[in-house]
Amino acid sequence: MRNMTRVDWRRDLFGGPLRTAATVLLALLAAWALWHLLRWGVADAVFRADAEACRAARGACWGVVAEKWRPIVFGRYPYEGQWRPAIAATLLAAVTLLSAWPRAWKPWLALAWLLAVAVGGVLMHGGVLGLPPVPTAQWGGLPLTIGLAVAGLALAFPLALLLALGRRSRLPVARTLAATYVELVRGVPLISVLFTASFLLPLLWPSGWRPDVLMRVLIGLVLFVAAYLAEVIRGGLQAVPRGQVDAAMALGFSRWSVQLNIVLPQALRLTVPAIVNVVVGTLKDTSLVTVVGLFELTGALGLALGGDPVWRAFYLEGYLFIGLLYWVLCYGLARYGRWLEGRLAPQAVLG
Amino acid sequence: MTTPRRLAPVLWQAAILAAVAAAAWALVHQALTNLQARGVHSGFDFLPDAAGFEISEGWLPFDATQPFWKAFLAGLANTVRAAVPAIVIAVALGTLLGIARLVPHVLVRGLASVYVQALRNVPLLVQLLLLYFALTHLLPDAENAVQILPGVSLGKAGLTVPWPVHGDSGWTLEWPERTLFGVSGGASLTPEYLAITLALGLYTASFVAEIVRAGIESVSAGQTLAARALGLESSQVMRLVVLPQALRLIVPALTSQLLSLVKNSSLAVAIGYPELVSVANTSSNATGRAFECIAVVMAVYLALSLLISLAMNLYNRRTALRGWA
Repeated sequence: MRNMTRVDWRRDLFGGPLRTAATVLLALLAAWALWHLLRWGVADAVFRADAEACRAARGACWGVVAEKWRPIVFGRYPYEGQWRPAIAATLLAAVTLLSAWPRAWKPWLALAWLLAVAVGGVLMHGGVLGLPPVPTAQWGGLPLTIGLAVAGLALAFPLALLLALGRRSRLPVARTLAATYVELVRGVPLISVLFTASFLLPLLWPSGWRPDVLMRVLIGLVLFVAAYLAEVIRGGLQAVPRGQVDAAMALGFSRWSVQLNIVLPQALRLTVPAIVNVVVGTLKDTSLVTVVGLFELTGALGLALGGDPVWRAFYLEGYLFIGLLYWVLCYGLARYGRWLEGRLAPQAVLG
Repeated sequence: MTTPRRLAPVLWQAAILAAVAAAAWALVHQALTNLQARGVHSGFDFLPDAAGFEISEGWLPFDATQPFWKAFLAGLANTVRAAVPAIVIAVALGTLLGIARLVPHVLVRGLASVYVQALRNVPLLVQLLLLYFALTHLLPDAENAVQILPGVSLGKAGLTVPWPVHGDSGWTLEWPERTLFGVSGGASLTPEYLAITLALGLYTASFVAEIVRAGIESVSAGQTLAARALGLESSQVMRLVVLPQALRLIVPALTSQLLSLVKNSSLAVAIGYPELVSVANTSSNATGRAFECIAVVMAVYLALSLLISLAMNLYNRRTALRGWA
């Protein structure tokens, strides 16, 4: 269907009465919508943090963002200490970006990750080096969204690998257990997994040890994401030709060495687009932790505006603001996935 | 005789089983100990008790004197009531958008692509809350509801439509009437219901569009050319040549989208639409039987997932290539 080499605008837009009519109609509609959007969002909008002007204005009140951006972006984290989550989230984002660059896939990257997580954790939690301690219950906003997504995916990956290999195992017991886990978890909504984690996990722990809500929710998220990631990795494993395993075995590789050195690298390369999908999905799914009382970006917005009768009327602008933040992150990730796919493609052909 | 080569897998499996069983036993034992220490009863014996809360809307009217099991049933009915229209919206709009992304017309393609990129990269919960806020705060009050069509009006109280009622003279269509305090008569759909159904349908449509596009693109261009050379109209090419082949790719992927749509209906708990998860949550708070309530939810969702998979697999078998898996 896509064999048109040259775009012939005149033929596309005005070739025949039907096309001309569609063009005119759609152009008018788009222009009308754009005109109203610009008038509401820019021309008639208020950009200052001035509630009086906002109520009087006919357009959008971006002043709500100017006034409330700190509680929206940082949640309940103490105001004077908000540089700490800012630096921690930047560090985490920096190593994530660095990991996105195939040339940096070297052993020192693992060290960078460890360092970033350790420094970020110390900064967030405090209690040492003269930093006042901040309990996890007060963590929130964008740093929590990014932290939950990164930690959730990183911790889910080993479990997913194990489950994927388990489903391809020769041992019927391992196969059945892995398949049962994956199908059970994928069959239920994330919300119910989060409720389970926050209500039931305390029952499963020995009394005296009380993991906080953040820890419980993270466990729920990891268990959930692992099931989806496992299916993606399994798909990749299936796509590696069986002959390669036989050939490697014939050369005297051990079973584990075949998986580690021959099957997995190819399988993971093949699954890059699907893994990026899971990453984007996980980032979006972190918004659900707000229903069990964590104030990540979506929850922080409710917290910032809900308790303030002056600014409560401008939720719409608030949602559009955080929607834009999510959009930039997710769209960026999706574009990166496309780029990586293209970069890895030639090697995939050789392999 | 059992050789070591044969013995190894058996030992491995025994070890895995033992480890899983031990972990499960430890968790259950710990849970029972903790429950006993807190003096919480367990079991499903609360299901016939009076629930003590009301469910404000849905197909099955529910008041506080009715038992918990009926509350779960009403919640499930509400899940279906939101999911089915959402599926219709998602499939219809998604197919339209998917085809629109492939037509030569630049404007059509561009607008469809803007829709898909905008909706799929923002969390559904944010879209749901935004839509709910818009419906409940930006629309006019009930007494000034906007008349969209004769008998159909939209306001803060929701959407009011004419509805058939059974009276003395058989079935008649009851028209909503404008009174001093708003609109009475007819059927009214609450903002909660409208928000979850629309958000689910519009969001999922952006994913369905991508699936439909990929499915159509997978049919080689040569087939289109050949069909055109045989003298088929472009609508015939789509209907008779391209779509039947594209469906083979589309149906399995569509199945997972519909499954996630049904599961995502649980997000309605955030805006107070009383679907299954919301009812289970309320019941859990009322009785303290968190485990039992969650077990009911999970069992119902697993059954729903199986049902949808089964239906789609049956359909898939009809569209799949003969002689292939």
